[in-house]
Amino acid sequence: MTITAEPGHDIATSGAPHSASPMRPMALPSPRGPVSTELVGLFTGPRQAPLQGCADAATESLAASDDMLADDDLQLALFLMYELHYGGIEGVSDAWEWDPRLLAVRETIERAFEAALRGAVRQPVATREVPEALFALVEADDGPSLSAFVERDATSEQVLEILACRTIYTLKEADPHSWAIPRLHARAKAALVEIQADEYGGGRPERLHATIFANALRGAGLDDRYGAYADHVPVEVYTSMNLMSLFGLHRRLRGAIVGHLAAYEMTSSLPCRAYAKGLRRLGFGAAVTDYFDEHVEADAVHEQLAARDLAGSLAEDEPQLAGDILFGAAACLAIDGRLWGGLRERFERGESALRMPLP
Amino acid sequence: MSAEASAQPVSITACPDGPLLVRGDLALFDDDGRPVQPTRRTFALCRCGASAIRPFCDGSHKLVGFRTSPPSRSPAVTFDDEP
Repeated sequence: MTITAEPGHDIATSGAPHSASPMRPMALPSPRGPVSTELVGLFTGPRQAPLQGCADAATESLAASDDMLADDDLQLALFLMYELHYGGIEGVSDAWEWDPRLLAVRETIERAFEAALRGAVRQPVATREVPEALFALVEADDGPSLSAFVERDATSEQVLEILACRTIYTLKEADPHSWAIPRLHARAKAALVEIQADEYGGGRPERLHATIFANALRGAGLDDRYGAYADHVPVEVYTSMNLMSLFGLHRRLRGAIVGHLAAYEMTSSLPCRAYAKGLRRLGFGAAVTDYFDEHVEADAVHEQLAARDLAGSLAEDEPQLAGDILFGAAACLAIDGRLWGGLRERFERGESALRMPLP
Repeated sequence: MSAEASAQPVSITACPDGPLLVRGDLALFDDDGRPVQPTRRTFALCRCGASAIRPFCDGSHKLVGFRTSPPSRSPAVTFDDEP
């Protein structure tokens, strides 16, 4: 069966003003290769156009790619397919979100993505309880620290590049982990909601972490619209975002998204303190430092909740998920380590982290 | 909502090698007896003494190697590609 949009549907959605959020949907970014070129062509063309070109491009690119985790074109294409499930893309019909033909292309890329992750990330095994293993895993992670670089050495221009790189995730901070809420039960669900409620401001819209980050962007003179730097950021930004979406959107991988959140929260407090110090050193104002100060205190709480009440409870209630919880944590450390460690290496070589200069 | 929240009994959970996790409605005072308003419903109090945002935890216990029990001799995590 083929499900098609009602006649006129595209025109109605693409032409409608978006008043709900000034930051979403994002503008369609520029393609980075054959797959994203095909995808952007589909998104901007008639809804019933054949997808074979896009499917073929994906298959060919996957076969040709040495490392799909670092493939600009494939990661951007996957990001755009996932974005349909978040804030959407300006001018692109909402009907694409559940188009079975597009989901089939997405699955082809996702399968290769997961295989690449399982190949690149060592599978940890807990010798005692899962929370203890998580703390040990995080403690053993000794990649180059971007936050220490920001604290002592970074220039203002480098900080702006880091903030631009953070926009893809942080302007929708916490959202990919929220996909797990209906897939968890009892103690693990209560723990996740306790964390997410804090991420979403505890009932105060102005304290939504994504909103505090938008304030920080404006305070630094940057654009806070979602996707404003979609053409600037390096592939590692999309790989990091896609990792969360892959784990979050598949119920099968609920253990991995929980482990990802735990590792994310467990590596946030001290780095955020270093970021805040660096930002003050460079003379950035309170609007910019507020985001990092908030996370020093918030994530010191969240790391305990995420490791013990969330991941620990889930491992007790669904012991078969223990491996994926630890895999999700290890994948977070590895992929985000590539992203932020890679930025530091580029800065130390005197290079920009971005594909084009900030406007 | 707030009436319900204030009715929540106080609970304090000691986290191994980490802070005291506090839930519930209570009054908190700093070194000089001034009231401190927690900004979140669940908060973590420093137990290692090294936090820069006392009385709250900032994760510094990890930097100073704070332990609430002797560390185990065997590692808590291994990798499945290890012998």
